[in-house]
Amino acid sequence: MLRFILSRALTLALSLLVASLVIFAVIEVIPGDPAAFMLGLNAEPDTVAALRTELGLDGSLPERYLRWVGGMLTGDFGISYTYQVPVAELVGARLGVSLPLALFALLLSTVIALPVGLFAAARQGRPTDWAIMGATQFGIAIPNFWFAMILVVIFAIQLRWFSAGGFPGWDQGFWINIKALLLPAIALALPQAAILARVMRSAVLEVLSQDFIRTARAKGLNQRQTLIHHAFRNALIPVLTIIGLQFSFLIAGAIIIENVFFLPGLGRLIFQGITQRDLIVVESVVMLLVFAVILVTFLVDIAYALADPRLRRPE
Amino acid sequence: MKWPVALIIGLGLTVVFVLAALLSFVWTPHEVEALNIAAKLQKPGSAHLLGTDHFGRDILSMLMVGARTSIAVAVVAVGIGMGLGVPLGLLAAARHGSWLDDLVMRGNDLVFAFPSLVIAILITAVFGPSALNAIIAIGIFNMPVFARVTRGGALSVWTLDYILAARVAGKSRLRISLEHILPNIANLLIVQGTIQFSLGILAEAGLSYVGLGAQPPLPSWGRMLADSQTMISFAPHLAIFPGLAIIATVLGLNLIGDGLRDLLDPRIRRER
Amino acid sequence: MKLNKLFITAAASLCLSLSVAQAAQTSITVGMQLEPPNLDPTGGAAAAIDEVVYANVFEGLTRYQADGSIAPALAKSWTISDDGLVYTFQLNSGVQFHDGSAMDAADVKFSLDRARAEDSTNAQKRLFTGIASVDVVNPLTVKITLSNPDGGFITNLAWGDAVVVAEESIGSAANNPVGTGPFKFSRWVQGDRIELVRNPDYWGKAVALEKATFKFISDPAAAFAAMMAGDIDAFPGYPAPENLPQFEADPRFAVIVGSTEGETILSTNNKRVSDKRVRQAIAHAINRQEIIDGAMFGFGTPIGTHFAPHHPDYVDLTGNSAYDPAKSKALLKAAGAENLTLSLKLPPPSYARRGGEIIAAQLREVGIQTEIENLEWAQWLEQVFRGKDYDLTIVSHTEPMDIGIYANPEYYFQYDNAAFQKMIADLKLASNPADRTKLLQAAQKQIAGDYVNGYLFQLARTGVANAKIKGLWKNSPTQANDLTGVSWAN
Repeated sequence: MLRFILSRALTLALSLLVASLVIFAVIEVIPGDPAAFMLGLNAEPDTVAALRTELGLDGSLPERYLRWVGGMLTGDFGISYTYQVPVAELVGARLGVSLPLALFALLLSTVIALPVGLFAAARQGRPTDWAIMGATQFGIAIPNFWFAMILVVIFAIQLRWFSAGGFPGWDQGFWINIKALLLPAIALALPQAAILARVMRSAVLEVLSQDFIRTARAKGLNQRQTLIHHAFRNALIPVLTIIGLQFSFLIAGAIIIENVFFLPGLGRLIFQGITQRDLIVVESVVMLLVFAVILVTFLVDIAYALADPRLRRPE
Repeated sequence: MKWPVALIIGLGLTVVFVLAALLSFVWTPHEVEALNIAAKLQKPGSAHLLGTDHFGRDILSMLMVGARTSIAVAVVAVGIGMGLGVPLGLLAAARHGSWLDDLVMRGNDLVFAFPSLVIAILITAVFGPSALNAIIAIGIFNMPVFARVTRGGALSVWTLDYILAARVAGKSRLRISLEHILPNIANLLIVQGTIQFSLGILAEAGLSYVGLGAQPPLPSWGRMLADSQTMISFAPHLAIFPGLAIIATVLGLNLIGDGLRDLLDPRIRRER
Repeated sequence: MKLNKLFITAAASLCLSLSVAQAAQTSITVGMQLEPPNLDPTGGAAAAIDEVVYANVFEGLTRYQADGSIAPALAKSWTISDDGLVYTFQLNSGVQFHDGSAMDAADVKFSLDRARAEDSTNAQKRLFTGIASVDVVNPLTVKITLSNPDGGFITNLAWGDAVVVAEESIGSAANNPVGTGPFKFSRWVQGDRIELVRNPDYWGKAVALEKATFKFISDPAAAFAAMMAGDIDAFPGYPAPENLPQFEADPRFAVIVGSTEGETILSTNNKRVSDKRVRQAIAHAINRQEIIDGAMFGFGTPIGTHFAPHHPDYVDLTGNSAYDPAKSKALLKAAGAENLTLSLKLPPPSYARRGGEIIAAQLREVGIQTEIENLEWAQWLEQVFRGKDYDLTIVSHTEPMDIGIYANPEYYFQYDNAAFQKMIADLKLASNPADRTKLLQAAQKQIAGDYVNGYLFQLARTGVANAKIKGLWKNSPTQANDLTGVSWAN
């Protein structure tokens, strides 16, 4: 087991190394000089050169790569060119929006999808099942930014029940922020809920077809008891796997929704970083996201291996 | 064999859009490149069936040409994903357990770990926005999907008796992969291809919506939505029709995927 | 039951926040499209920096007023020596920085010396290159000596890049600006908003507002939604002119349309499109009104040269490049350029993106094909502005009185004309108003006659505000959101 963990840890480290090289290389070839961008149309060339020195943009490639990686290993992600505050501080503040938004969307989609999927499974083959499955197909097909636009028109512009977007900040109270995140979370949650409901339904059906359920029914448990006590619990494993995948998607994939609702989240930080050539921010944030996903994959591998020794294959 | 209803509806929807896209090569109700500012923002009516946009262009014509863009981007992106992913998946399965298998799978995980939209943004920051770059960005992320599906499917085929017989007869792994494994997992790949196709349409719409996809004057559904955004409150038709076009196309493809799975995979059909 | 209670608390706290917002008529939320990268107006070019801090947080010796005229600010008065070389400024007394330290002549000297220094990162360094020395006469008197007379020096000092800063606080001005203005910096939620509060110790006339919030919404559709939903009280640089009729029809809002210093032009690479007949053909192929209607929904004034129409010295030269496709085709034929394909690189603003699509269609009518490429600003700066790798581009030149850029042969237009360069050199030395007018008008005619660029329209300043807000700037003589005169009507 230890050998297995060690080999996985080694691949983890190698993956991170490759990822950091790829990210650094891509960022390096992006055209557009951050210093020239900051100084604009009328800047003199020597002014630009002075700012480049100030930002630490001169120096050889390997030197700068090592400085960047070395900094990250010690928890120093550098200073944003444009905002001139530590990148870690920026990321921390943006996570305060992105993380709650992702969790909120996940919560909404789970709360909607699980009962709906269970219900559809219970009514398998009947008109309600057909209707629910048809509806989920629609849910998957709707582009979430389009749905978000429609939500804004109805609830912010016409009815004026909600702000059109923005984020007050957690120091302004809890509910005011929850309210601000509600429409974006709904827009994000809809397609996810549709997918999750379908997964839930098929997982439940899969379990229902297995022998121990038949035994349970034979022992006299009614359908409702069977569904809740056995099918639901056993279907949770595939459902949880999907939820895990969706979470990492929601953290990074909310860029477009963050734009529609002008939320200061992580996705928009990357987007802004690119347009303002705040490349140190882009580098570090992309690396962090990649690291998070790779780490989750690693932990899942370990967890599976712990649960099922057959997967520890040195062959 | 009875065709599932989903497949029939899906094919119906998809055929409509494919035909519209093909028709647009030879005929559209109005010319899409011609602007007519005087006739801007007309409501749907007899002159323009679905109305006109802020430059006075005919929405129906733009949707037809936009279908072309969407379908082309998605098809090529799926092609790239299959072209790279399937051989990798076959290779990994053929060398199951070896360092090659490990390399392919870890490489997959790595590509998977990059947030796709962020990569698309990076690619366009380097090369500038264009339909081609949208294709590359979407294609890259199709690769690990196909590699994984192929490997998974191929592994289960490798365990079958007749493959063992072929190996004993001295056939090379490459020949077995091409002659026996690939045909056996074709169904799987077709179903996955349809799903990736529909995801490709959605991704293209999203990329064009943020300005990273096809460039003007080439119409694209996503950019039509982006352009319409500020006018949605007084000219809702600008946003509604492209939105519906995307939904209908994606819906159609997903239904085909579902239907094909039912049709081709007897195990799932039995469960239904 | 528990859940119910939770909902009631939630509803109550929402109501509370609503009523607070309604009672507070001394605070304002101003929408801006771009977030400033930092808040040091002396260290960055971004217009958004000045749009937050100019006149609100930082002040210079002189300042722009709403009508574009220059008024005294930190300088109470000044005298100019007869040879036009020595400016002596009397400073207002009792002026304090927000950190409580006194503002005096030494701070003025520090600020100007810093801006013109060798290693200065001031984006408008050229404003200060004419300064030979800055001397402190006494704490309230400062003497500036120029190397050459400069008729525009007082105006130069009114720029946001020329504000007075303190040596001890400038290092952290990027995130914590300390100025002398009527508002103090309060906090910055990066990516969302910046908050200013009233400076109780302000040396001048106290402002009516207690709190000002600048909120950043880059997406035009989101800006519309935020105005409509009442999240924002005023959006002075409202990005989507197509929505203005709706705001006009709604009694809750007032639409403010004014002028800017932005000449929106089809910039042309004169080295690549070197045949004047081809440039003239492009000019005659352009239908300005169609661009103004199609891209700006009618907002904008046609221009025929690189000069603001509201300026007294403006000459209307639009007739010189009137829409005439037949003439355009004839010119192209004469030049032997009938199968021309040009690159058209477009920066992000909608005037460029939409205008570009329209111009592409108009050029196609006369037989010129274009390859449109949409660029971000950083790419545009690198490729077009610095690399000069373009044939055509559309951009609005928003600096005031910037016709002088045509005298620089290295500027991205690549226009090299000795006669024009002499006019600008003469203009620098001319102080007699009649001479200046003559030179300025000759310069306008010269570039229009050479068809250096396609001259499209003067960008309009389109703003939307709550109808009860008074005192916002109508025009935009410089990039600023001056809130010092803003108040709510009851």
